[in-house]
Amino acid sequence: MPIDTDTARKVAKLARIRVEETDLAALAQDLSGIIGFMEQLNEVDVTGVEPMTSVTPMRLARRNDVVTDGNIQAAVLANAPDAREGFFAVPKVVE
Amino acid sequence: MLDVTYSPPKPKVIAGARQDWELVIGMEIHAQVASNAKLFSGASTQFGAEPNSNVAFVDAAMPGMLPVINEFCVELAVRTGLGLKAAINLRSAFDRKNYFYPDLPQGYQISQLYHPIVGEGEVLVELAPGVARLVRIERIHLEQDAGKSIHDMDPTQSFVDFNRTGVALMEIVSRPDIRSAEEATAYVTKLRQILRYLGTCDGNMQNGNLRADVNVSVCPPGQYEKFQATQDFSHLGTRCEIKNMNSMRFMTQAIDYEARRQIAILEDGGTITQETRLYDPDKGETRSMRSKEEAHDYRYFPDPDLLPLEIEQAWVDDIRASMPELPDAKKARFMSGFGLTDYDANVLTADLESAGFFEAVAQGRDGKQAANWVINELFGRLNKEGLTIADTPLSAAQLGGVLDLIAAGTISGKMAKDLFDILWTEGGDPAEVAAARGMQQVTDTGAIEAALDALIAANPDQVAKAQQNAKLAGWFTGQVLKATGGKANPAVVNAMVAAKLGL
Repeated sequence: MPIDTDTARKVAKLARIRVEETDLAALAQDLSGIIGFMEQLNEVDVTGVEPMTSVTPMRLARRNDVVTDGNIQAAVLANAPDAREGFFAVPKVVE
Repeated sequence: MLDVTYSPPKPKVIAGARQDWELVIGMEIHAQVASNAKLFSGASTQFGAEPNSNVAFVDAAMPGMLPVINEFCVELAVRTGLGLKAAINLRSAFDRKNYFYPDLPQGYQISQLYHPIVGEGEVLVELAPGVARLVRIERIHLEQDAGKSIHDMDPTQSFVDFNRTGVALMEIVSRPDIRSAEEATAYVTKLRQILRYLGTCDGNMQNGNLRADVNVSVCPPGQYEKFQATQDFSHLGTRCEIKNMNSMRFMTQAIDYEARRQIAILEDGGTITQETRLYDPDKGETRSMRSKEEAHDYRYFPDPDLLPLEIEQAWVDDIRASMPELPDAKKARFMSGFGLTDYDANVLTADLESAGFFEAVAQGRDGKQAANWVINELFGRLNKEGLTIADTPLSAAQLGGVLDLIAAGTISGKMAKDLFDILWTEGGDPAEVAAARGMQQVTDTGAIEAALDALIAANPDQVAKAQQNAKLAGWFTGQVLKATGGKANPAVVNAMVAAKLGL
């Protein structure tokens, strides 16, 4: 499935990555190459093979319903470009 | 289960300028799971904490942090599924729903698109005695809640609090089986009642712990039946989704507004665009949420941080074995076991506290009388004082004691109400308080007889009148009651008057 420049523009927008118009063609070509490489996997015959999620049989790890974390407001906000009164402050978003 | 058979209500018909229309509604209810900790982190779910204090690095999406599922949240989702008579999927999986918004630090919400934990179920929504809508549940999946943005603290900035980020939600998705705003609110009410009985969600809509996305479309009469016969959505109109309703009143207003809006467009020859809309209670209208439209390409994919969620049938069976009695079953039992009316049974099973209180009062006593006292006297008094059943100063044992005194003929109905008042304000043991206050019907026929004999001897005229006209015998009853300070049992006095006067 080749990626055209319109698809590349849309993907970049959805990922909030700014790509200059002049760079889109090259990006589309790179993405097409990556997808083409993955499409090679379709050549493998997996008829009758159970889909697998891990090479070793593992059970999803669980936690108990106990509060063990939190109360680290300062640490959570430490890297924020802007924080006030315990909140992250971001450019205004209004519906 | 219920012995009563229900017939479905007629769909609401809305008269347009050109033709009649019918409503079709499907709902997605987001119910916050009643857990202590979040779905994938050990941070607290407590409402009303300092901003960003109930946040772990996982919730803030710090690089390298990995989610670990809270097993109790899974258990409550299974319990909810069982309560809605739904299929439980022993294997489910988590997917990432990708979008950018300031209240979503991960840049994606962990949800269950392809393999939800709960499959098809149903909710019986009673609308009137003998009339109910059976709403089919399509699925329930577990997912993370987002954070909260506050827009009015600064002119140029929005303030974001991640306390809610990552709290477990159950999204309960219905089929489009709801046919009016009234049915929609009745459905939410019933679902909330079941969740509270199950203890899986507190149902607090004000705090946002239960919110509804409402999908509304309109179609000409006859189309919905075609859809039901085929499950082919092309028979229905294009739907619009009204997001985040957390008030029954606004939900009603929003559905009615949205129906009128769509009908006006269609009758003008226009077409409905499928979109997400927001209800503005100040203006009483819905409007398009354009920001959500752009983000609609969610690019779901399986979350590589989480293995599939596999649960064991034995565990599901254990949860099933610990299921409480649910509202429909309790109501049926109250009707058949205590002889209650449909209405009284509904009132008394509305919540577990009321039901438990009633049952404690009714146990071993006259069920109907217990229901009357709980509903009329107790609930009446609680309402008047702005209290809930949890705050009642009068215990079930005390009210039961009052009913026992009535049943034994010790006190009259009038005395019982006075006793109720005293116990309400001052407390105490009903029998002891009644005795201490001299609240005792005279059932001693000797005392009544003496009073009556004296009256008869002193009032020969009245005797003659009463013997000619039996209705006038009431005068003697009244005088005896007066003479005994209202303590004589009126039924006993009546019988004795009739006997003495040869009536």
